[in-house]
Formats: sequence, C-alpha cells, structure tokens
Amino acid sequence: MKSNSIIKVDRRTFLKTGVIGSTGLILGTQIACSTIFGEEERPKATFSPNVYLTINEKGEVTIVAHRSEMGTGIRTSLPAVVADELEADWSKVKIQQAIGDEKTYGDQNTDGSYSIRMFYTPMRKAGAAARMMLEQAAAARWQVDASECSAQNHQVVHKPSGKKLDFGALAGDASKLEVPTDEVIKLKDSKDFKRIGKDTPITDLQDIVAGKANFGLDTQMPNLEIAVIKRCPVAGGKVKSFKADNALKIAGVQKVFTLDSPGFPTNFHNPLGGVVVVADNTWAALKGREALEIEWDNGVNGGYDTDKFLSELGEKAGKENTTRRANGDAAKALKGASSVLENTYTLQHLSHAPMEPPCGVAHVQEGKCELWVPTQHPQWVVGSVAGLLGIEEKDVTVNVTLLGGGFGRKSKPDFSAEAALVSREIGGPVKLLWTREDDIQHDLYHACAVQRISVGLDKDKNVTAWSQKSMFPSIGGTANPEAKQPDNVEVSLGMIDFPYNIANISMQSGDAPAQTRIGWLRSVCNIQHAFAIGSMMDELAEARGMDPIDNALDLLGEDRDIDKETLGEQFQNYNTKLEDFPWKTARLRGVIQEVAKKSNWGKELPKGRAQGFCAHRSFLTYVACVVEVETDENGQVLNIPEIHYAVDCGVAVNRDRVKAQFEGGAVFALSGALKGAITFKEGRVQQSNFHDYQVARMKDAPDNIYVHLIKSEEKPTGVGEPPVPPIAPALANAIYAASGKRLRSMPLMG
Amino acid sequence: MPNFQLTINGKKETIDNVDGEMPVLWVLRDILQLTGTKFGCGKALCGACTVHLNGKAIRSCSTPISAVENQKITTIEGLSQDGNHPVQQAWVQENVPQCGYCQTGQIMNASAFLADNPNPTDDEIKDAMNGNICRCGTYNRIHKAIRVAAEKGGVS
Repeated sequence: MKSNSIIKVDRRTFLKTGVIGSTGLILGTQIACSTIFGEEERPKATFSPNVYLTINEKGEVTIVAHRSEMGTGIRTSLPAVVADELEADWSKVKIQQAIGDEKTYGDQNTDGSYSIRMFYTPMRKAGAAARMMLEQAAAARWQVDASECSAQNHQVVHKPSGKKLDFGALAGDASKLEVPTDEVIKLKDSKDFKRIGKDTPITDLQDIVAGKANFGLDTQMPNLEIAVIKRCPVAGGKVKSFKADNALKIAGVQKVFTLDSPGFPTNFHNPLGGVVVVADNTWAALKGREALEIEWDNGVNGGYDTDKFLSELGEKAGKENTTRRANGDAAKALKGASSVLENTYTLQHLSHAPMEPPCGVAHVQEGKCELWVPTQHPQWVVGSVAGLLGIEEKDVTVNVTLLGGGFGRKSKPDFSAEAALVSREIGGPVKLLWTREDDIQHDLYHACAVQRISVGLDKDKNVTAWSQKSMFPSIGGTANPEAKQPDNVEVSLGMIDFPYNIANISMQSGDAPAQTRIGWLRSVCNIQHAFAIGSMMDELAEARGMDPIDNALDLLGEDRDIDKETLGEQFQNYNTKLEDFPWKTARLRGVIQEVAKKSNWGKELPKGRAQGFCAHRSFLTYVACVVEVETDENGQVLNIPEIHYAVDCGVAVNRDRVKAQFEGGAVFALSGALKGAITFKEGRVQQSNFHDYQVARMKDAPDNIYVHLIKSEEKPTGVGEPPVPPIAPALANAIYAASGKRLRSMPLMG
Repeated sequence: MPNFQLTINGKKETIDNVDGEMPVLWVLRDILQLTGTKFGCGKALCGACTVHLNGKAIRSCSTPISAVENQKITTIEGLSQDGNHPVQQAWVQENVPQCGYCQTGQIMNASAFLADNPNPTDDEIKDAMNGNICRCGTYNRIHKAIRVAAEKGGVS
C-alpha cells in the first residue's frame, strides 16, 4: 500500500453506489491495494476510493462496509474503526453493504486475512478527517480556534465555553470544507480509543438470532424460479447425452437444458457445465434432477485416484526436485551427519463445506445482469459474469449478501456465473442452489500433499541440515495446465518462510499436476507445511533429548529480523514488503513463551493425557498453541480438554472477534485434523454429505479454548486464517505424548 | 396435488396444491417465504433446518409436509416476539454467532431441548447439540449460552 488520501465525493458518484441519498458530509478514501495471490484473473492494483462515510443533518452516520461478511466480523470491525476516529455514537451508525465496484472501492476480495491489515489505517484516516472537518465547522460557527474544539461522542465541544453542537447540526457546514490532506490528518492517540482494541458485537447479531439476517439463499423476489444443476462427477467432464422426459413430467419443473463444460483445466470462473433443471420450487427442481438420465464423457480426469496419486508423490519426494530455497549445502551436510531423521507426512484433500453451500440469485434482463450472491469477491463476479454473458462490466450489478461461511470457497465466481447463465436462458430471475452433495463432490479442494523431511544431526545432537520436499498440486493448475508445481506464493505459505536458524537448508517442490479443481481453503498451504514442520520439530526434539518448546526456542536462535537473503528470491511476504512487515523471530519467541506459561506447559497429567505444541507464523500473525489431549492406548482421541493459543497480531482491533476467530479456527482445523478427507476413485469424489465427509461437532470440540493476546502497538495483521495451521501438528504431537503413537497422516483418526 | 392445513407460528395456514413429499423446509422457505429456517444438508445430518413440531425439535429438511398435517410448527420467526426468547438473549449475551447461518437451527434445537430439560448437565448439552453442525466452530459459545439460558430460567 502506498499512500492514502481522503477525497470528497460528488453526490452523483455517491448515489451510484446505492447508498440511500442524504445531504451532509460525504467522504471517501483512496487507497492503493493489490491482491495477495496474484492470479491474472484478479483485479490489478488500483488507486480508487474504497469506503464512504456520510453524516446527514439528523446526525445519522452511514458507513459503507466494502468487505464481505462471512463470519469474521469484518462488516462490523472496520466501520467500528471509522466510528472510533470520528467520535461517533455507535448507536447512531448505520452500516451499508457495498455492491461490487472496483473503481469506487478498490479491491474487495475478502480473503488472505487482509481486510484489517490493509484497511485499518485508511479507515482511521477516513474517520479522523471527518472528525477534523466537523471540529473546523464548529470552530467557524463559534468563531473560535479549531484547536479549542474537539469531537466527543457525536458532538463537537468548545472546551473553554462548554458550548456543544451535534454532528448533524454541523454536517452541512462541514461538507463545504476542504478535506484535510494526509499530512495534516491527526489520528487519535491509542489511549483515547473507544472501540479499537475493545469488544464490539457484530452489527447483525440481533437479526441473526431472530432469523432475519439475509444470506445468499434468502433473497426473494416475484417470479423467482429455482435451479439445480447435475454436474459431471469428474471435474472437466461433459454431458454426452441426456433424457429429460421423466424430469419434465414432475409437477413444477419448467425447463431442462445443458450448460457447456469448459473441459479441464476448468479455470476458476467457468461453470462446470452439466444439465440444469429449473422449477417453481426447490423440491420440484431436486425431484426433476433425480429423474434425469445422463451419459457423461468423463474427460481427462476419469482416472484420478488419490491413493495412487499420493503414492506417486511419495516416490517423487524421495528424489531431487525443484529448489525453492537453499542455504548452505543441505545434501552435503546430510551425508556428513552423525544421524539423519527422515519422515513423510501426508494430507488428503479437504472440502470447505460452508454451512450455506454455494448459491445465488441472478436476473438478466435487457442486456444487464443483477446478482444477489454470497461472494467473497464481488468484483471477480462482475468480470466473470460480464465475460460469460458478453456484456459490459458496467451492466453487471453485484449485491453482496451475508455469507453463510466462506473459508475461501466463495471467493470463486463459478456459482454466481452459473446463476447468471441460467437466468439468461430462462429470461427471468433465478435462484441457484448447490445441494450439500453438489458442494462436497464439486468443490475446489484443498490440495492433498506429501511432505518428506530429512534432518541431519551431529554427534552432539546439534541440527546441521533440514531438507524438505513439498509435493502437492498447485491452485494454479485449476486454470493453467502448465502449472504443475506450486508457485512462489504457495511455497511461501509455511515452507520457505521457515524461521529456524539452521546452517544448511534445502526446500524443494515437485511436479504434481492437478486432476481436479484445486482452490484455497482457510490458511491454504500453511496446512500441509505446518503439519509437516510442526510434527518434525516434535520428533526432532525427542531425537535431541529436549523438551519440544526448548527445542523450538533453541532452533529459533538469537532474536533477529530474518533477512531476504536467507529467505531467498522466491519468498513472498503475504503481498507485503518484508520491510513493512518484517519476520521478527522475537515475536514468535514471545508467543511460544506466553503459551508455555499460560498452558502450564509440562504440567503433570494422568496416564493417557498429554500436551502437544506447535508455533507457526502465517498471514503475518504469530501464533503458538498447546493442545491437551486424552487418548486410549491406540492413540484414538477420547477428548480434548483444552487448547491454549498465544497470538501476536499487532493491535487486536475487535478483541472479542479476534478471540472468536481463534476459537472457531481451532474447531475448523480439528475437522481436517481428526476426520475430514476427500478421496477420489476413477475421478469421482467418494464422499457426498456430512455422514462421510465428517466435520467437527460439539463433542469433538475442546472443552475449553483459551486465547491469549499479546499486548502490542504493532500494525494489525489478520486473524481469519492463522488459527488453523498449528492445530493439527500440536494435536498429533499431543497424541504421541499421550500414547506413543506417532501419526503422520491427516486425518489423524482416518 | 393435495392441500394441507397446519398451524405455523400460531397461525392457521393452508398449503395448496403441493406434493405431499415436499419437506417442510421447502414449504417454509419457498412457499411461505419464512427464510429463517436454513438448508444445510438435506439429509438431517446438520440441524440447520431445525424447527419445532408440537414443541419438539425436528429436522424440517427430512420431514414431509404430509406428516405434519393439522399439527403445530414453530420456526425461528415464531420462537419469540422480538427475538427475545431466553435462548436468543443468551446467544446475544455470549456473542455466539460468527457467520450466523446455522444459528437459527442451533437456537431452535437448544430451545426445544431446554424446554424438556431446563437444568441440563454439560454432557447432556453436548448430547443434545451434537446433531447441529457449525463450520465456524462456535460450539464453546453455544454450550456456554445454553448454560446461561438455563441458569437464568424461563426456558420451559
């Protein structure tokens, strides 16, 4: 991010954004932002206004939330930052969800745990600029110096005289003033914060518990038809032939037709194709779909078998592959080592399975398309729908509903594009539903993976070499057949950003062509990398005869900022410059020491109960966790009495929501760690619903999850994804300590 | 196709010309436009669609309309006047929801459970709620909120 400057927005531009018009002060802020993953499909970095703040003459403040709400609380937390700087009375603040509009808001792609990281300062400035203008307006009215006036709880107060004016009474005058430039905007002192660093409940809380909150599936409008699609069981396959006769006999079924398949790779935005059934209600659509007779051409992935694929990757991991980071000479050091520890860690595909499956409403009419979709990435929907319909982007309007969970699945525009194509075909509005079976069997899956790690030790048990082979299909393979290896971003997610101070390091990746759609799932490649590294660190501690936490602190070495030379040319720092967000080993040390203290690490526990540890930085947030587990003698998990997290995410902007992300993130991670697995045979996913793709339920959840936030004035970093990576390894390490069973394949209870 | 009469949130409703196999979920959502009851799995595996049938929790996605004729259905919209049932209040107090999608089903399940068992043990809460999935992972707060609602009373 380069510069931020606040601009005043003319009424016409403002009204176009869909916010109810009002007179008074309107402010936008310009920021430069760019994407984290860098696929070509995603919007390029732009300078454009990204948030609007209005205060009307009644003193009502409207703050536009331009990021998608999928459960992180972002729709509340960023507006709360604006309100804090503005000195607004939170009860007088309305939050308005932005439509997808890159020119107005900049990048709205809500993923990569970066909403707070990227927008904390711009939002503070937006609030502060407005506050200063209100103070100036009051000063002019009272003919006093602005320095004598200060905004306090929705009023401006003249300190010497005690005179007060409400924001509403000043909004008109303030709107005529020049917006303060970046250099003169005065941000609040952190001791004066009223919301930042405290707890603000989510704005939709009451609507949610009353059943009034509107998710993607809840949009209603006259003449709305319902559509479901039967997609080829194999990714990239096509309809060879189909018979719709029986389907059309079902009362309520209106139309049956095919959607083209893109073949494979599918790319991210293309619908998978298949046979569409449109009906008057969901039940008729589902019955109609059941009655279809379809013959499929399975295409190139008809032989995909995850057992075979993982075994091939395991073999390849034993060979030389492509270097992604090298320090010293790991091969030589391993040859000269007194002993070598070598282990392989495996992970199956995972599915996002948000409680609200992909869905959406689209209405194409008169060459325009309006959508109401639960999307993490409205702008990608705009671009994809415009492209597929052959219309201009300005003619596509994307209304962002609440998301019933996202976890990365809903950053893809494919399901929105399906809805748009179906609407065009039927000439009216349509609600598209993915059933749970559709979701589990046609997801963009988290990559299955094999990690092989070899560690060299000298005769004094000092670590001389770390060699890691990371084998998994790249997300890029979903769009580009040449993307057979993970890109630099993917290997930087938990592997080549390795912090331990070992003289000889080799990090390699290998060919692993994607044979199904691969997508990013909450914390992405950090899952497999943290599992392998976090497990090996524990095995290494035992080999060295050390306590796991002492071992981690020992290998972390002297406190330092890890330099670019060490991390190598391919290292990516979550789309930020290393200078802006340095890799500070002291911060990792800090969370490790904190979690050791708070979890009472090493405490006495009865037989069959033990603690396990892992520390992992991801998305620029430093996390350490201790999982306490109770197992039987075979290492089967009986209970998880407690999990402790220590977290350094800089300023914790909305503390309760930060804690909630860690509580929930632990449970989300346990789904994959304990039992979640997507497997393929003959190109088909073998699981179909929550009975065989098992996710954590209340009985699987830890009895207690404690989140210890490090007090910090550092820039805030994201918390959506960082809770996930360290859980599986910490659990596996705890299971080993409790039972002596070392589990190296996720899911651990598979 | 037949007509069905039933009472929904205290109001007598006639559902005209509908397949008797149609699950209550789709009657509520598609026909009556009561969208607080959610679709999650369609197979009674996740609990997002939970409503009360004569005061007991059922999975509306797997209950055909023909099976509830002349009976009383309560949905989240009818659980309380202003979203102020003790269970809903406890949910607000504990800041339970993250995305919120499954929470109406969780609340309907919890409220029926507490009406039957106003002073549950921790394990009884887990047994009762194990059929309701939350992918955001809010289980600890759900558990706490149920305790809070039970302790404050007024749930039965």
